[in-house]
Amino acid sequence: MIDLFKFFGKGESKSKDIAKERLKLVLIHDRANISPKFLDMIKDDIIKVISNYMEIDEAGLDIRLSRIPQEDDTYSTALLANIPIRRVKNMGPNRG
Amino acid sequence: MGEVIVITSGKGGVGKTTTTANIGAALALAGKKVVLVDADIGLRNLDVVMGLENRIVYDLVDVVEKVCRLKQALIKDKRFEGLYLLPAAQTKDKTAVSPQQMQELCQQLKEEFDYVLIDCPAGIEQGFKNAIAGADSAIVVTVPEVSAVRDADRIIGLLAANELMDPKLIINRIRIDMVKRGDMMNIDDTIDILGIDLLGVVPDDEKVVISTNKGEPAVLDEGSLAGQAYRNIARRLMGENVPIMDLEMDEGFLAKLKRWFSMSKKRSY
Repeated sequence: MIDLFKFFGKGESKSKDIAKERLKLVLIHDRANISPKFLDMIKDDIIKVISNYMEIDEAGLDIRLSRIPQEDDTYSTALLANIPIRRVKNMGPNRG
Repeated sequence: MGEVIVITSGKGGVGKTTTTANIGAALALAGKKVVLVDADIGLRNLDVVMGLENRIVYDLVDVVEKVCRLKQALIKDKRFEGLYLLPAAQTKDKTAVSPQQMQELCQQLKEEFDYVLIDCPAGIEQGFKNAIAGADSAIVVTVPEVSAVRDADRIIGLLAANELMDPKLIINRIRIDMVKRGDMMNIDDTIDILGIDLLGVVPDDEKVVISTNKGEPAVLDEGSLAGQAYRNIARRLMGENVPIMDLEMDEGFLAKLKRWFSMSKKRSY
C-alpha cells in the first residue's frame, strides 16, 4: 500500500528535490554574501525601529532571504520579514 | 595559437584530474597536440593517473625557476601521438609559483600546442589563483551532490571575478539508477542551479577506477561509458555538435511501472 502511494507520487518528497531546494536557498546567501550574523544585525535593527510604534513578538520574528518567482519564469531575491504584532501603541490622535 | 583551458571545481575529489587526463587523451586521439599541466603543486597526481609517474625528471617549478628548459620537463606520452605532461613539483608548495609566472608559462605552451589543459588544485587560495592566471577559458567539474554543486557555484563566481566568463560545466559520476529514483539531482536540476552551459555528462563508471588503477585513461576502453562521454566532450571542445549521451534519464511511465513491479518482487523474497 505504501508503494502504491509512492507510485502515484503522494509519498514523501524525493530527496533530490530536497537537495535542490536547500541548495537554492544556500546559494542565495552565498551569492549575496549575506551571513546569518548579518541577518541577525538587520533583525535587531528592525526590532528597534518597529518597537517604537508597536509591541511585537520578538521570538516569533522571522527574517530571511527568499526567491520570488517573476512573471518571466525567473526569480528575484527578496528580504522577507514576518513580524507578529502583539499590540499597536497608542500614539495619540492623528499624529500625521 | 592554442587555447589554455583550466579544469577546476572548488571541491576536491570530484574528478578534476581524471577529467583532465581523459579529455587530454581524447583530444590527442583526435589528432590534436595537447599538453596537460598539473598545477597542484605539492600534491601531484596527474602523473600517476596518466601512468607516467616513473618518467618525471623535471617539473613545473623547475621550469619556472629556470633550472631546466621547458622542453626538458615535458613528458611525452608514448601511447598517444601529440600528448605531453608537465608534472607538478611534489616537494614544493603553492607559493613556489606566481600568477605572473603561470601566465608566461601558458603563453609559451600555447605557441606550441593546440590545447593546454590545466589541472587546478582544490580550494580557492593561491593554487587556484595560479592555475587560472593564464587560462583563456574554464571547465567546471561537479558531481550531483549539494556540497560539490555549492562549491562549483562559488568557483563560477570567482572565475567571473577574474574575467573568465562563461565556464562550461561537466557533471561527473552521475548515477542513472539514483536519478531514476529521484534520489540524485539530474542534469536539468544541476544546470538550473548553476546557470552555465553544459559541456558533458559523465556517468559513474567503475571502469574509470579500474583504468586509473592501471594508469590508463578510460578513453582507451571502448566499452567504457565514461570513456565514451569523455570522447564526446573532446569533440565538443573541438567545435563539433555532439548530443548529450542518452542515459535514459527520463523516467517514463513504463519504466516506473516496471520498477514498481520489480520492487514488489524483491519484497516477496
